[in-house]
Amino acid sequence: MTVTPSARDYSLVGDSARRAIDSGLAAAEWYHTDIPRKQMKELMQRSDGPAIRDTAIWLGLLVAFGAAGAALWGSWWCVPFFVCYGVLYGSATDSRWHECGHGTAFKTPWMNDAVYQIACFMIMRNPVTWRWSHTRHHTDTVIVGRDPEISVMRPPDLLRVVLNFFGLLDAWHAMVDMFRNASGVIGAEEKTFIPESEQPRAIRIARIWVAIYAATIALAVYLGSWLPLMLIGLPRLYGAWHHVLTGLLQHGGLADNVIDHRLNSRTVLMNPVSRFIYWNMNYHVEHHMFPMVPYHALPKLHAMIKHDLPAPCQSIWAGYREMLPAFVRQLRNDDYFVKRELPPTARPYRDEFHSETALAAE
Amino acid sequence: MSDWIEACAADDIDEEDVIRFDHAGRTFALYRSPEDEFFATDGLCTHEQIHLSQGLVMGDIIECPKHNGRFNYKTGAARGAPVCVNLRTYPVKVDAGKVFVQLG
Repeated sequence: MTVTPSARDYSLVGDSARRAIDSGLAAAEWYHTDIPRKQMKELMQRSDGPAIRDTAIWLGLLVAFGAAGAALWGSWWCVPFFVCYGVLYGSATDSRWHECGHGTAFKTPWMNDAVYQIACFMIMRNPVTWRWSHTRHHTDTVIVGRDPEISVMRPPDLLRVVLNFFGLLDAWHAMVDMFRNASGVIGAEEKTFIPESEQPRAIRIARIWVAIYAATIALAVYLGSWLPLMLIGLPRLYGAWHHVLTGLLQHGGLADNVIDHRLNSRTVLMNPVSRFIYWNMNYHVEHHMFPMVPYHALPKLHAMIKHDLPAPCQSIWAGYREMLPAFVRQLRNDDYFVKRELPPTARPYRDEFHSETALAAE
Repeated sequence: MSDWIEACAADDIDEEDVIRFDHAGRTFALYRSPEDEFFATDGLCTHEQIHLSQGLVMGDIIECPKHNGRFNYKTGAARGAPVCVNLRTYPVKVDAGKVFVQLG
């Protein structure tokens, strides 16, 4: 169940992909903490209430900050309002598309679908493409050559990481993808995870988005003002920093090519504002182990299984103090990763599954 | 027509829930609906071979525990991405408190 941890090829159609399939790492059976069925059913129960409340707050603040920023446009007083608007547009949507894509945020399916479409547009992720890429991410989490959502590859490209705090490369690639899809082309890598029957929908949505952006740019030109773009499109850049800040912690500096989420995912305790923006995805080991548990039940799940998990990082800062040195070491040794200690109450890592990566951590 | 196979006691399945049933090297999922009716389908999701018995039953829907794909367990119809292929269903009857499945 291991692959050679060197010569990583992150292409989904390259050597690492073939090795992952041949070795059984792809679509493998992953470790789960045991939870009695009755308790698991309670945790999985859906409810509209928390997500309606949070969505009303999110959209209400988005409109309020956007309106205030627009009203004060032309003076420096608009800056703090656009800072807040940007985070709600370019960062809060990262967790909204994610949770609604899982179908767990709301109990009512159309509510999940509606918020999913809105959030996907704002974060510039094609709702068809990303539904399927995220499915693969859960099947093959941080399996090199299989997972299309590995945010920091090895050796880490730290310039890329920094630029993505401002959405620069990320949004650029998103636009390239959008125009490619809008022209009727589905890329070779996209074809590895989007079923053929779904590909026309990805193309149709890309064309709708191009039309919306074209209309926004036309309005900006007509008005002779950047304001329309400050409200639609640009917040994906100036408001991206929070979702990158939190998102890097999900798997950064941890193991790859393992089948135990305790080794490749990180739970980080956070302040309530970040948790609202991030919709509790800071409980990331728990989310990957049990993706059917809604975001609002993750703190309860964490309390239930923490005896079997590495201790969570106590803050975003603590997470970065663990992750950044690992990135630096990976510049010299791309097999290095942080192997987080389990408490004595936990079932041990199955080293027979992860022997080569375990050696690399030492 | 194949025989009826005794699968479990009716009380083994909670209302609006699912259990796993293995027979002759195959795996199935047995459901009890909120209306107290019983149903049976293949036990593995048609998307990626995940046991549906670990999933969540909501009304007439079973949701896969791995990727949240949905099926109508009464008809086997795929109801939401990432599942695209329907689930095979099997006739079920309850007799004297026992659940029987007719496996094809």
